[in-house]
Amino acid sequence: MEEKPHLTIKPKKGWQLIDFKELIEYRDLFYFLVAREIKVRYKQTVLGGLWAIIQPFFMMIVFTLFFGNLAKVPSDGIPYPIFNYSALVAWTYFANAISYSGNSLIQNTALISKVYFPRLVAPLAPVLAFLLDFCIAFIILIGMMLYYHIYPTIMTLFLPLLVILMMFTASGVGMILAALNAKYRDIRYVTPFLVQFWMFASPVVYPVSMLPEKYHLIYAINPMTGVIEGFRSALLGTVAFPTQMLLVSALVSVILFIVGALYFKRTERYFADVI
Amino acid sequence: MSNPVVKVNNLSKRYRIGAAEKGYKTFRETIMEGISAPVRNFGRLRSLTKFKDGQEEDVIWALKDVSFEIDEGEVLGIIGRNGAGKTTLLKVLSRITEPTSGFAEIQGRVSSLLEVGTGFHPELTGRENIFLNGAILGMRKKEIERKFDEIVDFSGVKKFIDTPLKRYSSGMQVRLAFSVAAHLEPDILLVDEVLAVGDAEFQKKCLGKMEEVAKEGRTVLFVSHNMLSLQNLCTRGILLESGQISMDDSITNTIGKYLDLGRERSGEVCWASPEVAPGNERVRLKAVRVVSEDVVTAEVDISKEFRIEVDYWNLEADDRRFVSLFLHDSMGVCLLHSANFPSVSLVPDPWYTRPYPRGLFRTSCTIPGALLNDGPHSISVYIHATVNDNIIATRDILVFYVRDTGMMGKEYTDKWVGAMRPRLGWETNQLD
Repeated sequence: MEEKPHLTIKPKKGWQLIDFKELIEYRDLFYFLVAREIKVRYKQTVLGGLWAIIQPFFMMIVFTLFFGNLAKVPSDGIPYPIFNYSALVAWTYFANAISYSGNSLIQNTALISKVYFPRLVAPLAPVLAFLLDFCIAFIILIGMMLYYHIYPTIMTLFLPLLVILMMFTASGVGMILAALNAKYRDIRYVTPFLVQFWMFASPVVYPVSMLPEKYHLIYAINPMTGVIEGFRSALLGTVAFPTQMLLVSALVSVILFIVGALYFKRTERYFADVI
Repeated sequence: MSNPVVKVNNLSKRYRIGAAEKGYKTFRETIMEGISAPVRNFGRLRSLTKFKDGQEEDVIWALKDVSFEIDEGEVLGIIGRNGAGKTTLLKVLSRITEPTSGFAEIQGRVSSLLEVGTGFHPELTGRENIFLNGAILGMRKKEIERKFDEIVDFSGVKKFIDTPLKRYSSGMQVRLAFSVAAHLEPDILLVDEVLAVGDAEFQKKCLGKMEEVAKEGRTVLFVSHNMLSLQNLCTRGILLESGQISMDDSITNTIGKYLDLGRERSGEVCWASPEVAPGNERVRLKAVRVVSEDVVTAEVDISKEFRIEVDYWNLEADDRRFVSLFLHDSMGVCLLHSANFPSVSLVPDPWYTRPYPRGLFRTSCTIPGALLNDGPHSISVYIHATVNDNIIATRDILVFYVRDTGMMGKEYTDKWVGAMRPRLGWETNQLD
């Protein structure tokens, strides 16, 4: 006979940390929500999963045309298309993950107001679900590397860490946006701007080396700088592995995640009342 | 031996209701209001979750110091009018929203059913939705796999189980949704008015399932407006009035007290000014009354005809209006629904086709004597602009009694059963 759970319902005071035990308890729901996110995304489309490739690929064509060919932006000694696409794979993931994550509570209003589950599941599901798109887009990157005869360095072993860094950053930003969005619907209009500005604040269309060396560490406060520069260094061998920059980026990313989680946990108590 | 599995202690929940915005006056004011809107909006949104101590005008207590216990295996019914705090109580107990103060302790696995089909996605197949919905309701994946066939059988949509939900009829969706819900096996089940779905046959099936659950010895907390199903399922009843418990007794006694609620003994309910009356900027109710022999009364002689009068302000010119009435008996069974449509009137109401100017109107409905049985009856008033446009929809706004003063009970003085007691054409003939 298993012991019956005991539950106390009372107003929570102050800041809460993530209740990992509870998240594990609800792992099946988490799994189904991620699955739903993936299954539903390309339902009733003609091209289906191809959209995961089309988005970054066409961006690359446009950027190559304008920044690579017309503006002659340098690309660390490798062809501009692959220089740009390697960043776009990570960037597209990040942009989609924070947009969907930021809207996740609004999208799931019916769930939030009718049933209990750890609310964190909602913004975290898109962060996981978009990994599939990321992988699909990544395959094209491999194809391009073969085409341009560019081979990865030993630092590629750090790739999983870079992906985790990217997910951490997306989760942190997603949680903050989602929590704010529950109460202030302005966020819905802010997010597209944020994504645009943030892209130009990250080394997507230009290399980090365009900036004076002394600003590199400040530039790395943007965690996506570390992620993208790390990607290029590891896979394409453009520059030496940016260890220092990555440490700064990782630190900021962890701070973003903790702040996001704290803010989300603090505000989640009123989601059902204001959403 | 009593063994409380749910203990609720001084539970309170506070909400802020939006204060009415002032109408614009001049062009200049409109511009100024527009410029300062962001600041005001921010304050308004912020104040949704920030409360000052002390009295605030636009704050309501949806629950106020509610305390009770539920023993293991008890089936408790929660009764109350709209806005009495029933759903809020369920939401707090199922952790959807947090209480403002007080606490509750629950022992055992809780499932709450505030709605069937929560999280159903139209693009996913029936099968995928069963798993998703099951997980949302708190079932584990293995548990759903184990009960999958049973769920599909109960729903009766086996043929379409791999079809996207959007191709289902709404009835099929509801059946699938309820089937998942019906296979929950929590220790404590919190249910909000979810039985009012599907066709009559399926409703019966659902009620049967609910009874089964109740008899299995599960603890159930059941919110409903349907007195009949409350009476059938529950052993104990709690009556909520403006967020407070006003009665905690056997279900029969609690239902009795509830039906006494709002029983305006005067036979009339009226509102002094349009601002406080039910309705909106199009129509406001002014009064509803029962008139028998030209006297306003809450007691109607069973053999005499009476009139239900509805007075209302029409605030929007040149639109059509019509009024419909529902009569419910003490068990919440609807006895009749009628409206001032020509086809259901003895004499067509000339205002039925006419556009209404602004002003005060009275629509009345005469109900013949010797039609209703004796006992309390409640009136619900609807005012519509079109069949699909309900401007006012009130429930149980006024209660009146039909009394058998002896006119129709000379030979048999006990309670006549049944909803109706008309005089019928009886005759006996000797056949040989």
